[in-house]
Amino acid sequence: MKVENKSNQTNPFLPEPARIVRAYHLTQDVKFFQVRLVDMEKALSFRYRPGQFAMISVLGAGEAPFSISSTPSRPGLLEFCIRKVGTVTNALFRLKENSLIGLRGPYGNGFPIEAMEGKDVLIVVGGLGAAPLRSVLLYCLDNRDQFRRVIVLYGSKRPAEMIFREEYFDLKKRSDLECHLAVDADDTGTWTENIGVVTTLFPKVKEVDPANTYALVCGPPVMYKFVIKELIKLNIPKHQILMTLERRMKCGVGKCGHCAIDYIYTCLDGPVFTYWDVLHMRELI
Amino acid sequence: MRILKLKRQNLFPFLQAISNGAELWGPIKKDNQTIFNFVPTEEIAKLNLNFTRTLLPPKKLFVPPSFIMFQVTNKGYQEDYSWIKERVLFGLHPCDLHGLLNLDRIFAQNFPDSYYVQARQKTLLLGLSCWPDDYCLCQSTHTDIIEEGFDLFFTDLEDYYLVWIGSSKGDDLIRLKPEFFEEGLNEKDIESYIKWRERRAQAFKTKINFVFMPDLMELKYNSPLWEKAGAACLACGSCSMVCPTCNCYNVRDEISLGNKPGRRVREWDSCTLLEYSLVAGGENFREKKSSRLKLWYTHKLQAFGSKFGKPSCVGCGRCLVTCPVGINVKSISDSLEGQKVDAFWVRFSEEVRP
Ligand SMILES: Cc1cc2nc3c(=O)[nH]c(=O)nc-3n(C[C@H](O)[C@H](O)[C@H](O)COP(=O)(O)OP(=O)(O)OC[C@H]3O[C@@H](n4cnc5c(N)ncnc54)[C@H](O)[C@@H]3O)c2cc1C
Ligand code: SF4
Ligand code: SF4
Ligand code: FES
Repeated sequence: MKVENKSNQTNPFLPEPARIVRAYHLTQDVKFFQVRLVDMEKALSFRYRPGQFAMISVLGAGEAPFSISSTPSRPGLLEFCIRKVGTVTNALFRLKENSLIGLRGPYGNGFPIEAMEGKDVLIVVGGLGAAPLRSVLLYCLDNRDQFRRVIVLYGSKRPAEMIFREEYFDLKKRSDLECHLAVDADDTGTWTENIGVVTTLFPKVKEVDPANTYALVCGPPVMYKFVIKELIKLNIPKHQILMTLERRMKCGVGKCGHCAIDYIYTCLDGPVFTYWDVLHMRELI
Repeated sequence: MRILKLKRQNLFPFLQAISNGAELWGPIKKDNQTIFNFVPTEEIAKLNLNFTRTLLPPKKLFVPPSFIMFQVTNKGYQEDYSWIKERVLFGLHPCDLHGLLNLDRIFAQNFPDSYYVQARQKTLLLGLSCWPDDYCLCQSTHTDIIEEGFDLFFTDLEDYYLVWIGSSKGDDLIRLKPEFFEEGLNEKDIESYIKWRERRAQAFKTKINFVFMPDLMELKYNSPLWEKAGAACLACGSCSMVCPTCNCYNVRDEISLGNKPGRRVREWDSCTLLEYSLVAGGENFREKKSSRLKLWYTHKLQAFGSKFGKPSCVGCGRCLVTCPVGINVKSISDSLEGQKVDAFWVRFSEEVRP
């Protein structure tokens, strides 16, 4: 029998009890959750990479995957930004601080941090893409000397929909970070930054060294096409353009088949893929 | 491998001895179909030794169509392994054993699925040789012979069985009734085995060009044949239910009323069903039946489990006898090869919807 014979077989699907420490609205339909595993030792030894995700269970409602948007450089608490779309997320939104949820992970490949060290990092964010990319960004800032330039281009529809808006305005003050923000339309009349889609921010990025740049892109599907065109124009190699793909996931560990793209399981081989990988996915062409 | 001989008339008494100590499952005829079923000691004689394929593959004992993973209480999720029993499963043909080895690649490695692994470890596998009918494709898929993965394997040479001992647990079963078994094969036995294999190899009528399929799946990914098959497919999911290497499943929480605990349930799913690929926002990136069939056949004929995994079809023929519109590995492979195929889904596109 070709079965790993572990006497102390652990159950990879068993959610670990976790407590919601803080929960508040970021936008009307997006909420920020700070979560801690109840077992303190497990909480402190929970190791993950930026770009990985966790499966979150709400008792009786079900389970769904969410990107970890905190950074491993600040252990103990895990953070998520979650949009209300269906069964699990609705149940999650109803939970008060201090409620128990289930959590397992981390899963997926995450961003190739080691390869990115010593290179320029260009982060392009749209909408809820801020969730996984916040993890990398905070990681880069906590380990600022390991990376060269760090550039953030962040676009959202309207000011009110810009997730972590205050955080980004604070970041703009840092001299070791280039941060450019844009909204498609300003309905407040008080927006001081750019107006236009995220690609209009590209001219602000000067003197790109493409061979030594990693571009990280995350946002709604429509955004990818236009952003990637810009990145290719900048001559950033296809295998240094990284993006995350979203698929339905029922297990997170390569068993349920739901996340398959051709013969690739997004939960194991992804969710971070290079543009080169994506070009070869027949289902996406 | 240790190989023994067992006289034909001693097979049932041997299985009877096994069933006294363990839950024996084997092929039983029900309403003209053969299914793997529990066999009580007094019903051993009902075992059907001459079946070609069971309705559902043996995966149903390792990943049941629906089972409870966790009891859900206000304390959290409690694992429930109560459905897993010590069992001996008799009557596995080589294709079904290969099917389990394929499922092992998904379920038993890389975050091993504890339910599957426990069920596998608690179930002894007793293989049985078979004779092909017009739907068997296992010769083409190179799964007509099995050399590993079983605890015992019985090759039917008419007067007696050759019994191949594949594991020490299998050997323990032999020791329940050692007097039934003969050590040492003579030249004549070996001769009859070789003859049997030659005759069986000649008996396969249906073939597919399996080794060519990974390339053809790639080259013909945009062929109109997929639209034709998609137009006829009923999205019923039957092909996934009967295929020994379909692994997909769904998970959902059931809440019960009052203070009783709820459950997290896991149940078979199929990529041919519409709901399979929905993502947030109700967006379905695989809305067309043709693209769902392409995924199914990518896993059967090109690669399964990982980027470099081999294709998973084990040639059991179940999709050939099951799909109501004739979409199956035979008609799809032949079409990919450019052959004219007589199947309902081809006629459907040409006659019903010209
Ligand atoms: C790697 C990864 C990371 C992710 N990270 C995040 C993140 O950081 N933040 C975040 O908010 N989301 C994230 N997601 C997305 C999130 O997992 C999904 O939105 C998840 O489906 C939410 O679960 P739910 O039970 O609330 O929604 P569901 O109830 O599953 O519904 C999801 C959508 O599918 C539709 N739907 C479901 N079932 C049916 C049906 N039978 N018929 C018709 N329509 C149906 C619903 O209308 C809804 O629009 C991530 C996904 C992946 C794969
Ligand atoms: S291919 Fe055949 S068996 Fe499979 S879903 Fe379509 S109609 Fe049903
Ligand atoms: S694809 Fe068809 S023949 Fe191949 S293993 Fe599955 S059911 Fe059997
Ligand atoms: S989420 Fe289940 S296989 Fe990837």
